Amino acid sequence: MYSLTGLKLKNPTILAAGVLGTTGASLCRVAREGRAGAVVTKSIGPTPKAGHSNPSMVKLDCGFLNAMGLPNPSYPGFLQELETAKKDSGVPVIASIFGGTPAEFKEVAEGLLPGKPDAFELNVSCPHAEGYGAAIGSNPCLVEAVTAAVKDVVNVPVWVKLTPNVSDITCIGNAAESGGADAVVAINTLKGMAIDIESGYPILGNRSGGLSGKAVKPVAVKCVYDLYSALEIPVIGVGGISSWQDAVEMMMAGASAVQIGSAVYDRLDIFSEISTSIEAFLQRKGYSDVKKLIGLAHEMV
Amino acid sequence: MLPLNATILQINEESPLVRTFFFDLKFETMEPGQFVMVWVRGLDEVPMGLSSKNSITVQKVGEATSKLFELKEGDSFGLRGPFGRGFTLPIKGEKTLVVAGGVGAAPLAPYAEAARIEGSEVHTVLGARSADDLIFEERFAEAGEVYISTDDGSKGTKGFVTDVLSNLDLSSYDKIAVCGPEIMMASVFRLLEDREVLEKSEFSLHRYFKCGIGVCGACCIDKSGLRVCKDGPVFSGLQLLDSELGKYMRDASGQRVKI
Repeated sequence: MYSLTGLKLKNPTILAAGVLGTTGASLCRVAREGRAGAVVTKSIGPTPKAGHSNPSMVKLDCGFLNAMGLPNPSYPGFLQELETAKKDSGVPVIASIFGGTPAEFKEVAEGLLPGKPDAFELNVSCPHAEGYGAAIGSNPCLVEAVTAAVKDVVNVPVWVKLTPNVSDITCIGNAAESGGADAVVAINTLKGMAIDIESGYPILGNRSGGLSGKAVKPVAVKCVYDLYSALEIPVIGVGGISSWQDAVEMMMAGASAVQIGSAVYDRLDIFSEISTSIEAFLQRKGYSDVKKLIGLAHEMV
Repeated sequence: MLPLNATILQINEESPLVRTFFFDLKFETMEPGQFVMVWVRGLDEVPMGLSSKNSITVQKVGEATSKLFELKEGDSFGLRGPFGRGFTLPIKGEKTLVVAGGVGAAPLAPYAEAARIEGSEVHTVLGARSADDLIFEERFAEAGEVYISTDDGSKGTKGFVTDVLSNLDLSSYDKIAVCGPEIMMASVFRLLEDREVLEKSEFSLHRYFKCGIGVCGACCIDKSGLRVCKDGPVFSGLQLLDSELGKYMRDASGQRVKI
């Protein structure tokens, strides 16, 4: 067992928000078949949203571009999905939530409490939803206020997911910590765009979106490295992890656990693949505990 | 993959609301039942079953398909795919039953043809609202025997495909491939379950797709959590036991909508 902000995880690989997290049954499948140590839901907001028009996700040579547009059934609509996930997944279920104001964040968090999520993850980092996500997450005062507002009404851990689309991510991380966050999650997608040269049309329905997958991993490693130095609270690393080597690298940068998103494209059991390979790596290197990896790069000077 | 550019070579009017668009790309490796994401530039991208290696057959139902219907030969749209899992082909000597309702005939016509080429005896139950709405009757007839049902009785048996199916010896078939409106598929599912031939059957599901490549989870079905876009769209009858089939689906926001 592995402890993260008080949550007990069977392994340090977590399903990232916005991936296979729309339904309770899907979250259960990732936990049971994929063997994720914990699962994060799709980001849930105050009112139903259909999201952006398609194409909403395309695969590139170097990763993926997406602009889903925060589609969600709202917190009342999602409660039964959360309950299913809680009942049958067998792992901690973290509710990802978003809102346009601290009051909306509070409303959504309170609204999901009857579903008994094990923690909340605040989405202040979606790069392509006007008025939400990164619109809040690039303003340290708002991040602190939103975090404090949710902390005020829940008694489970609160994680804050950060955007890399800022000049200094540690400034935002510090704001989350000041607001009472139990952990930060870094990073959400990087702003990106692709254009169809046959027609000149931007490919995504929202015209631009966020880049994930292999291409963003070095950016994520640097953000996690900096956040680890700047903060007292744990950093959860996410961005381009698709192999156990990526996960180990992210932990050496300072991640207490890792989230995996786009890599489910290749295989659903990526979680069990990565966690068993990390165990083998620890044995081979003679590390007594996965904790020995966390932040190791900081000591190597 | 980024969308490929597909230029329309020919448009066939199959029925008043259904057209086939032949394009200049050929998906040689496509499995019947696989789909492509059709990008109507500047508007939307929607999933469509391939009706041949180089065509889609589209029913005019909403904004994106209406816009497609405005396109002429020489115009183009974007295409990604083929994606997902198609129907399982029979092996030589096996008997195949195809059950197609309305535009559900689109992915099943290439299946019937491929099954015939494999050396299977192919029978088709083809249903539609009326004689005018029957699609690909000739293609199915070239693959084998065809039984027709129409809701209004303008051709074949008056009623539904299940009225034809209930008079067939379903146990004599090795493969049963089904595609059509969900209400029809749910009725067929119950009939096959009653006749204890569900394990021979496959159904092609239709759900709202967002990413279309198995990552976002918008199209997952209950209770299995299987993704229609990647683990499907074709599922075995057994995979659909105790599922949401015929009961509800989720809309773009993820809210459940009764069928």
